[in-house]
Amino acid sequence: MNTQAHAEEAHAGASVGTNIGIWVGLVAITGLEVFLAYEELQPSVMLSILVVLSVVKAAMIMSFFMHLKYEKFSLVLLLIPAMIFCICMMLIFFFPEALGLLRMRPH
Amino acid sequence: MHDVKTDVALDSAWSGGKSPFAMGSKKLGMWLFIVSDTLTFSALLITYSYSRLTNPDWPRPFPINPAIIFSTTMTVVLLASSLTMVMAVMASQRNDRKKTVMWLVATMVGGLLFTGLHLTEWMNMIFKEHFTITGNPEGTPLFGAVFFGITGLHMTHVMIGVIYLGIVAVGYGRGKFSAEDVEVNGLYWHFVDLVWMFVFPLIYLMSVKY
Repeated sequence: MNTQAHAEEAHAGASVGTNIGIWVGLVAITGLEVFLAYEELQPSVMLSILVVLSVVKAAMIMSFFMHLKYEKFSLVLLLIPAMIFCICMMLIFFFPEALGLLRMRPH
Repeated sequence: MHDVKTDVALDSAWSGGKSPFAMGSKKLGMWLFIVSDTLTFSALLITYSYSRLTNPDWPRPFPINPAIIFSTTMTVVLLASSLTMVMAVMASQRNDRKKTVMWLVATMVGGLLFTGLHLTEWMNMIFKEHFTITGNPEGTPLFGAVFFGITGLHMTHVMIGVIYLGIVAVGYGRGKFSAEDVEVNGLYWHFVDLVWMFVFPLIYLMSVKY
């Protein structure tokens, strides 16, 4: 019973207005990404920008819609550093071949 | 006689009687599942990104009409369904059973609309553009494997999510499930949306036909 009460405490989330604002922001960033697709950037540049924007969108969804901003910070520490570490381990395989990408012609 | 120590409210997180991270086990379990599924999609998307950048003959099969218009609409539909899911979770926390079920059904409609649009787009790619899982007329056959593999896995997650939403909507409406169950469902649905936030730019926007 004590644990039930504690489980329910953490439920002060964002207001309806904030959630709608986050949604508008997500749609706006999507629009920006679609616009950028037609700017004919180099693929490696385009990929980097898109990944950064997508990570921003992911952070918005996780913090507000998935409520992470209002959960105990120890949960964030449990989940996020491990994910980042594993993803970085995967990215290691971009190198050293990837350095050759900087010299490739655009396609 | 009372033991003086037990009278003092020990509010340390380590003194027992508290859930880790102040949440029930279902919610924590869903978070751990989400981390593992994130790594699955990360592995696929990172491998795809490497292939996309290093293959000189990657096709650009997505013209503004219908591919980019369809996929952008799908993105907005999925985002809207995430918003309706947030509304459902908020309604369940107010114990408003009718509104919760209404918002859950709205979320399901979003998911079904997304799936319908996506399958239409797949049919167009396979039968009209002749882009299949094994080859295409424009470039490396790896494109088909990547495109149908990754978007197919994501669409499977969406369809499972719609079924999950249906079960929770019926169960919560009948009073068998609690607000926590709606919240856990919400976490899964937002995860599905989050994956699409990466799939859409990396696969569609990187291969736009100018």
